[in-house]
Amino acid sequence: MKNTPVKTVVAIGIGAALFFVLGRFVSIPSPVPNTSVTLQYAVAAIFAALFGPLAGFATAFIGHSLIDFTLYGPWWSWIIASGVFGLLSGLLMKKLDVESGEFGKKQILTFNVAQIISHLVCWGLVAPVLDIAIYSEPVEKVFAQGLMGGISNAVTTGIVGTLLLLAYSKTRTKKGSLSKG
Amino acid sequence: MANSSMLTYLPRGSFIHKLTGTTKLCFFVMVSVAAMVTFDTRLLAVLLVGTLVLFKCSRLHFRDVKWVLWLAFIFLVLNHLFIYLFSPEYGVELYGSRTVLFTLTQRYTVTSEQLFYHLNMLLKVCTVIPLALIFILCTDPSEFAASLASVGISYRIGYSVSLALRYIPDIQRDYHDINQAQQARGVDISGKDKFFDRLRGSVNILMPLILSSLSRIDTISNAMELRGFGKNPKRTWYVQRPFKKADWAALCAAVLVLLVTLAVTVHNGGRFWNPFV
Repeated sequence: MKNTPVKTVVAIGIGAALFFVLGRFVSIPSPVPNTSVTLQYAVAAIFAALFGPLAGFATAFIGHSLIDFTLYGPWWSWIIASGVFGLLSGLLMKKLDVESGEFGKKQILTFNVAQIISHLVCWGLVAPVLDIAIYSEPVEKVFAQGLMGGISNAVTTGIVGTLLLLAYSKTRTKKGSLSKG
Repeated sequence: MANSSMLTYLPRGSFIHKLTGTTKLCFFVMVSVAAMVTFDTRLLAVLLVGTLVLFKCSRLHFRDVKWVLWLAFIFLVLNHLFIYLFSPEYGVELYGSRTVLFTLTQRYTVTSEQLFYHLNMLLKVCTVIPLALIFILCTDPSEFAASLASVGISYRIGYSVSLALRYIPDIQRDYHDINQAQQARGVDISGKDKFFDRLRGSVNILMPLILSSLSRIDTISNAMELRGFGKNPKRTWYVQRPFKKADWAALCAAVLVLLVTLAVTVHNGGRFWNPFV
């Protein structure tokens, strides 16, 4: 299954729709009272792993824009940070080849290291810096907020994303899995 | 599923509806950039009044957006609370003077500079919200893809956006069905189970959703490929309309807002207007 440009276009569209539905309507109560975690970054990471960095960027960017536009005004710094998350995780997960059914310990490690780095860079660096540049918000607030968001996103992406990719890889036929009887 | 809260296109036939998607997109981007750049209270107040007038003209009603405004209100209150909790002296730092109004605790004093900063942040967001609402409620989604292409963004991206808009209701329905089916099997993500069990439960819901989405991607991309999508560097759009006088007028107004913002920024010697010196 090779990814053609047309397929990337469609993957971005469907990925953004998934990102939107999960981010807009689905939230899971977290252990901290009155807060919840969302699952859309697990989907963004999976689409980045399956369809590449460009698809990862566009999926998260379009999905997040749609969420913000239908909730309140767009908060550009976080929308851009979402896009960067898709891009970075796509770049770092280039070596993952889930399509060929290989998803063992090594791949799980790659996936999680990649997603944790991407989350840290996005919410710990890109989002706060843009918050300061665009909205001129106080430094302490944006970094604390970014760090909290980053950690909770990394935990959900790690658990949900890994389980999803594990299940998905089992549906794929492994390379060289045919043998003479 | 809270469908009533979903914002969708409302064909009401105001003059804003009659503008092309391209005009509305450009207007929205330019004016919201202006509102993001400036911290000048006078300019922000003028912009806010302007966007409210536009909202009135667009034949949208308060009841169409009540739910959204309520969410935005909660978001705003939380955001301002966080800013104050983390940096109660931020306004003092920005405006370089300190006028204490009253003292709550040693760390949390209320200064006019801090209140002024909060007022400006509030004005900024309140300017952009009606604009975003007008844009989303008065633009036909299929025209939106065409307008993305006409401002120079690759039509492939425009097509991705319109695919996303097209498939949101389908995916929403799929999610709803799968969720109900898994609930019947005892999966609960609402909070009665332990956190890790809730995440596992969500995987049980997401797995069929993602697999069906991936096969949907295959079907759609095959259909598009068969029809020769992506063969030419450019394409035309059925819903695209030619520019009229009103479109040019709206664009001129947006450019004017940008220019005024630029002039005010240069005049103030920065993004901030400081009434305290």
